[in-house]
Amino acid sequence: MHWIDYASPHSVREAVDLLNEAGGSARPMAGGTDVLVQLRANALPDVNLLVDMKNIPELNEMTMDPEVGLTLGAAVPCYKIYGNKAIEHAFPGLIDCASLIGGTQIQGRASLGGNLCNAAPSGDSIPVMIALGGVARISGPSGDREVPLEDFCTGVRRTVIQQGEILVSLHFPAPVANQGANYMRFIPRNEMDIAVAGVGCSVVLDNGNIKSARVALSSVAPTPLYVKEIGDAIAGKPANEETLKLAGQMAKDAAKPITDMRGTIEYRKHLCDVLTRRSLQIAIDRAKES
Amino acid sequence: MTTTDYERNIVLSNVEYNVVGTRPVRPDGADKVTGRALYGADFDTSGLLHGKVLRSPHAHARIRSIDTSKAEALQGVLAVVTGKDMPHEADESDGTKYSRDNILASDKVLYKGHAVAAVAATNPHVAEEAIGLIEVDYEVLKPVLTAPEAMKDSAPILHEGLKTEELGEKTDKVSNIANHFQHVKGDIAKGFADADVVVEREYNTVTVHQGYIEPHGATALWNTDGRLHIWCSTQGAFTARDATAGILGVPVSQVRVTPMEIGGGFGGKIPVYVEPIAALLSKKSGHAVKVVMSRAEVFESTGPTSGSNIRIKVGAKNDGTITALQGYLAFEAGGYPGSPVNAGAICIFAAYDVDNVLIDGYDVVVNKPKSAPYRAPGAPNAAFACEQAIDELAGKLGMDPIDLRLKNAAVEGTRRPDGPAFPRIGCVEVLEAMKNHPHYSAPLGPNQGRGVAIGYWFNIGFQSSVNINVNSDGTISLIEGSTDIGGTRASISMQAAEVLGIPMEDVRPSVVDTDSIGFTAVTGGSRTTFATGWAAYEAAQDVARQMIERAATIWDVDKDGIELKNGVFQSKADPELKMTFKELSGQLLDTGGTVVGRASMNAGGLGAGGGSFAGNIVDVEVDPDTGKTLVTRMTAIQDAGKAIHPSYVEGQMQGGSVQGIGWALNEEYYMRDDGSMANTSLLDYRMPTSLDIPMIDTVIVEVASAEHPYGVRGVGEANIVPPTPAIANAVHSAIGIRMANLPINSVAIMEAKWKQQGN
Repeated sequence: MHWIDYASPHSVREAVDLLNEAGGSARPMAGGTDVLVQLRANALPDVNLLVDMKNIPELNEMTMDPEVGLTLGAAVPCYKIYGNKAIEHAFPGLIDCASLIGGTQIQGRASLGGNLCNAAPSGDSIPVMIALGGVARISGPSGDREVPLEDFCTGVRRTVIQQGEILVSLHFPAPVANQGANYMRFIPRNEMDIAVAGVGCSVVLDNGNIKSARVALSSVAPTPLYVKEIGDAIAGKPANEETLKLAGQMAKDAAKPITDMRGTIEYRKHLCDVLTRRSLQIAIDRAKES
Repeated sequence: MTTTDYERNIVLSNVEYNVVGTRPVRPDGADKVTGRALYGADFDTSGLLHGKVLRSPHAHARIRSIDTSKAEALQGVLAVVTGKDMPHEADESDGTKYSRDNILASDKVLYKGHAVAAVAATNPHVAEEAIGLIEVDYEVLKPVLTAPEAMKDSAPILHEGLKTEELGEKTDKVSNIANHFQHVKGDIAKGFADADVVVEREYNTVTVHQGYIEPHGATALWNTDGRLHIWCSTQGAFTARDATAGILGVPVSQVRVTPMEIGGGFGGKIPVYVEPIAALLSKKSGHAVKVVMSRAEVFESTGPTSGSNIRIKVGAKNDGTITALQGYLAFEAGGYPGSPVNAGAICIFAAYDVDNVLIDGYDVVVNKPKSAPYRAPGAPNAAFACEQAIDELAGKLGMDPIDLRLKNAAVEGTRRPDGPAFPRIGCVEVLEAMKNHPHYSAPLGPNQGRGVAIGYWFNIGFQSSVNINVNSDGTISLIEGSTDIGGTRASISMQAAEVLGIPMEDVRPSVVDTDSIGFTAVTGGSRTTFATGWAAYEAAQDVARQMIERAATIWDVDKDGIELKNGVFQSKADPELKMTFKELSGQLLDTGGTVVGRASMNAGGLGAGGGSFAGNIVDVEVDPDTGKTLVTRMTAIQDAGKAIHPSYVEGQMQGGSVQGIGWALNEEYYMRDDGSMANTSLLDYRMPTSLDIPMIDTVIVEVASAEHPYGVRGVGEANIVPPTPAIANAVHSAIGIRMANLPINSVAIMEAKWKQQGN
């Protein structure tokens, strides 16, 4: 491993300046659970400066407002998210992913913002964050901007973040009545594993019918995949097995997986069907309980 | 914990012991649980350099040239070595060339990860940078990755000089088949002619790794007096010494190996890898050099166990009498000859007393790391095939699978197909314990299935030495040469304590270096508690004899009139004349000096003690939609002969079961077409975690071995033999499909279901 410099700015401005000046040779770091592993594996040979995000107040924000929704700083570690009663009550879908990323030790450092910026096709938190209508708040040399999460990842480990920009926080609109969400992945083991396929979904019910729904898939395309057509197709339909079957088939059709050591194209497409049906059922059950 | 509603420890011997069979705290426990124990990578000394190894990116290539000049010029680099630094004598045998080339390639690389050069530098980062500056010119060749492919006449040839040995005779045929051998018993054609029912199937297993958590690590100091000292994590200090001396072409007396604590080995730490490299770097640099592998290096450059292609044909009469057993075993040896196919062939039909048997074994080189021992090497592959065929036969006959095995079970006097007749063994007793276990008749839930299997491992005896020094406070220091992988400091000490009538806590065991104890063979082959424990028994007998003589001197009586009973020396004639072990120990220094007991012995060869049988009852639950398989209940049953420390016997049984679960369901070297392994991390090489296994219940069966003084049978290995077929049989019971290939992962199960459904 080559020499790496480390900087720990205390403001968004300072972080943006550091990253902007360093150009492509700097990397922001929150928990470091991906970037440190990549550095050790020589996967980032051009990086010689790590800019720590953990001491910037805005990146540690965790504010739950019943009207405005949830603002989640990009460096908030998973354990703080699943340890928060208000989030647990309002966003059980976020709890699903925050409590299964890595293991207990990893969850002490890893953040959902970091999981998003790492932009792995298998990123466990991304599908449900897309399903929940999340928005990324980005600061950079030329000001602030917001990007819907379904547009955030642009390729394998590539995002909309430009030179000098940092992800400051994630925003999720306040849940409405009769809303439920879930993240479900398939892994060969029971823990400490990487998704062969994953589904994040959010539904709003209206008298036993699906009023609206959002479904996103992971590990079956170069980026997490928001499948808008599923929501369009099942809105207005009864929340029953037939509707779930339709959603599952659409997820299977939308998936564009590859064959690799974790699974085949055929198997992953099949999993998209199974997981979409199972995950939507949990989201529906949660909506009924909410 | 599940409740104990069965007899956990079936004791069939009737001898009562004081220490043997109890469960004391292990002597090395405090150091290990507080993090103070020193493992391979923990060694440090003044002026220590760090070594890194340059490894081949190709699975099969000829080395045209290596240019190390840029690496040598880098500041902080003190030595660079390549295959040219290995001694290659003019009359070097093939075997010696292979063992040297596997450490540092000379002319060809035979697997991705094959070592081609190494660097010693002032820190690991400089060393890593330096290996990146070494330029190797390769002529890349086509790799061949499985035994069936490598056996074809059209296959790329790994060794132009490798001529096939055919039924014990060297032939002139150059091929990747290093050896073809046969075991013949009776008349196989007659056996099948007599059969009413025949099952014939083909099975495949893939390359899997032992998965020890501690990577290989060694430090070497080749001093200016010509003596080489190595500190390493190894399963055998003497084995590492002898192998390193042979590879470097120096006498064994010039090499001293100090074994560090070992963080798992399972057979994989019997061969040497980094030890000779660290030695060459030390010789060149004049410093001590430490080389520690990464996890990827462990996967790509150390010996996993063989993938294999096995065909079974079994015939039986309608009453369940098996009339013929035929086996074909082709094992991948990796880059150099020497797969465990011989051991697999010994074990494959060992549980069955059948008159007509034919076994063909093939040792085949392929472009993968040279295979190394892995817990009962070869036997799990063999059992995966045989025990599924037997299960299928039971189904065809409409017989209970345990009853079918009992009807044909090997007993004392049964001749194994490879020749030897069994001494007293516990095959029947293990099968009966399986049948009587409440697990076998417990109800199953939806999507669940149950499977059983039995397995055999022959165990080895070999040489062990033990010295015992009696301390003046009545304790003893026990000096031994067996590196402690599975709690053997305890199990060896307990056997000495039993002889002397002292508590196990009064024994201070030390595992010492090769200059400090007599030759002791490797910790492997389930031999350590059996053989080194036996040596401890003999050394303690030597202590007892000498102390009786001392008591005779002190009391001025004849030594034949004194006996040692329950830790007390007493005169048979005069009840007033008695001293405890502790009292006499306190008088030794004033009456002629301390007592030193010693024993060095050969505890037998292959099959010492008769070996051990192990059986499994396994329940699985298969998700009908995803194919994901969970082991929901597992019971391990094994003949321990006599469990010296039952907790560690149970630990071995559970450990072997867990590795068997991984092997059955998920573990595999996922190979790309270019011969590289895709999953070189523990994330994607999926060993089970604690969340993937149920509580594994154990039943220790004790059918005392006729040889060992306490009846011990080694228990380290047989327990990994039955899990893969028992799980495969359970999956068949759950989904109605035979899974003939490992691993039985969720993709394989769904593909089999889709194939059955015809889409």
